[in-house]
Amino acid sequence: MSDLLQSVVNGLLIGAVFALVAVGLTLIYGVMDVINFAHGEMVMLGMYTSFFAWSVLGLDPLWSIPLAGVSIALTGLLMYIGAVGRVLGKSPLAQVIVTFGLQVFLRGLAQFLWTPNTRTVPRPWAAGLRWEIGPVVIGGPQVIMAVGALLATGAVAYFMNRTRLGGAVRAAGEDPAAASLMGIDPRKMYALCWVIAGLATGVAGALLMNSYSASPTAGVSFVLMAFVVVAFGGFGSITGAALAGLLVGVVQGVVGLYAPSYTLAAALALYLVVVLVRPQGLLGTR
Amino acid sequence: MRKIASITVALVLVAGLAGCGGGDDAGSTDEVKLAGLWPLSGPNATQGTDVLHGAELAVDVVNNDHPGLDLPLGPGTGLPGLGGAPVKLITGDTQGKPEIGAGEVDRLVTTEKVAAVIGSYQSGVTLTASQRAERLGVPFVNEASSSVALGERGLKWFFRTGPTDETFARSMFDYLKARQAGGDQIRTVGIFHSNDQFGNDGAGVTGKVAAEVGLPVTVNVAFDPTAADLGSQVAQVRSKNPDVLFVLAYTDAAIKLMKTLDQLDYYPPALLAYGSGFADPAFATGLGPLANGASSRAAWSSEIAAKRPAAKTVADLFQQRYGAPMTENSARAFTAVLALAQAIDTAKSTEPAAIRDALRALDIPGDKTIMPWTGIKFDDKGQNTGAAGVVEQMIEGKYRVVFPAELSSVQPIWPMNKAQQ
Repeated sequence: MSDLLQSVVNGLLIGAVFALVAVGLTLIYGVMDVINFAHGEMVMLGMYTSFFAWSVLGLDPLWSIPLAGVSIALTGLLMYIGAVGRVLGKSPLAQVIVTFGLQVFLRGLAQFLWTPNTRTVPRPWAAGLRWEIGPVVIGGPQVIMAVGALLATGAVAYFMNRTRLGGAVRAAGEDPAAASLMGIDPRKMYALCWVIAGLATGVAGALLMNSYSASPTAGVSFVLMAFVVVAFGGFGSITGAALAGLLVGVVQGVVGLYAPSYTLAAALALYLVVVLVRPQGLLGTR
Repeated sequence: MRKIASITVALVLVAGLAGCGGGDDAGSTDEVKLAGLWPLSGPNATQGTDVLHGAELAVDVVNNDHPGLDLPLGPGTGLPGLGGAPVKLITGDTQGKPEIGAGEVDRLVTTEKVAAVIGSYQSGVTLTASQRAERLGVPFVNEASSSVALGERGLKWFFRTGPTDETFARSMFDYLKARQAGGDQIRTVGIFHSNDQFGNDGAGVTGKVAAEVGLPVTVNVAFDPTAADLGSQVAQVRSKNPDVLFVLAYTDAAIKLMKTLDQLDYYPPALLAYGSGFADPAFATGLGPLANGASSRAAWSSEIAAKRPAAKTVADLFQQRYGAPMTENSARAFTAVLALAQAIDTAKSTEPAAIRDALRALDIPGDKTIMPWTGIKFDDKGQNTGAAGVVEQMIEGKYRVVFPAELSSVQPIWPMNKAQQ
């Protein structure tokens, strides 16, 4: 019983990170109808930013959160201006190839610049914290990652649902032609989506360095889950992504306890069930 | 529905990690071309690159004059048996995937016309790649895959210089017996392994040897190597609290495991790993003090090398050339390439069949290698009968030999978490 409780808690904590990683993906997807295959690589770059802030400047991963967020936001903007923006409105295949090409390019670039070596921050500040609540032990890094991820996810949700600019982004996503008649430039809104996605993945990357290792393929296991979370939560729905992230985390945690080799299989099975039973996802409308 | 379709495509593509293999240009005809197949990109690229460095150094030792080095082919240039012909290593990137490993064997044998293949670090990739070499009739020399099953397939072209997991398991259980004799309580063991060829095979062998010595396996956890979190898996081990935890994991999971043990503040009295991720330099540098206390089996150690002049010279050359210490993995690759070069030299031919026969007849004494082995001599399964292992423990950031007693330099720290204080 105590193991089950521990696994559920572990699942919720890591699920919060899945949610934050999924936010940018679902945003770009919901607004622009573009799947960003290079999303995991943005997380990976965020992790490296945080790692180098630690190794060069001696910054704890907590302090490098703003730095990683801003750096990857700029990277996202560059990706949009330099590549993705140029194939908007072209065939869906062209968009797939561009973002997929970015994925291969960024991964190769990381391996070229920083070698494939696994980089870890040995003793982040958060690792000194630990709580024991009954039979459940919670490590500082897990709590920091989860709390940070939930706050960041909440901030994006607030921006999208409660601010005028967020409304403009949604309008550009729903009907670009009507939005531009109202004086909204859809291209600017699209660029903003990439900035927000970069911000979210950069923050996620810095949070992850509290417990994970950076390597050119470090983003893969998170983005794989993010795709499941996006489909599960409903395309374009940020609240849905947050809920689905937590759920996917718990499913993985509990399955990890009873059938540890099938955690990935369980998440993908969940995805299949969603596709068959509720294709629009938990909170999706379309 | 289009969105569902496209996101499904996305899943497949992201999981597949597309990429392409690289290779060098073909050179002149009088050089002896060998193929080296390792994971040079993907999650195991750190270890793959380390292995490649060991192999490159062996090629350098063969091709260039190292007058002071007391190893076969060390002094003098090239292969004397072939009129001083140099050896050329042509690399292929397996990306850590069995199907790509097999494909690269095809490419390098048919288009590059290599005389033999060396590879492929991961047992699962070695499995398919050596099968393909067998079909093409080209010798395949394995350096560092320890899965027992590889030698049980009745292949005629497969040779393995390193120890198998069974050899390693026996060394580790001998170590446990010695601890029991010294008064430590060891009543149960647990196994924590990645769910792949290397992990499943090693877990099987561990279970088998545990049964032979009468230690019950109370928990056996097979984790998905791509899992983002190992918290639940470790919680499962914790609930059974075995006295010794055997671990089979590559770098990423090895680091995750040690961090999870720290976060849950749970340590078994002893953690015995089957090298691989635990032998990766990134393990110690990445974890810092958290790595202390972990033990691992090893086929090579810098401490033993220090006692053997040739091994010390090679380790120094390695450090000079790559700015990193030689590891178990690079030492094993060095040894495999040098053994293969000796076989080609005595065969005086680059014909695959002649090389295979020379490998079968090979008999290198232990002091003509850089390993703590009795030598290199293959049995009819292609397994080196001279290979052996030692047990090391990470103490103050360095692996120290703790078993067997005659090779050890320090007393082991038991329970393991005492090493972190």
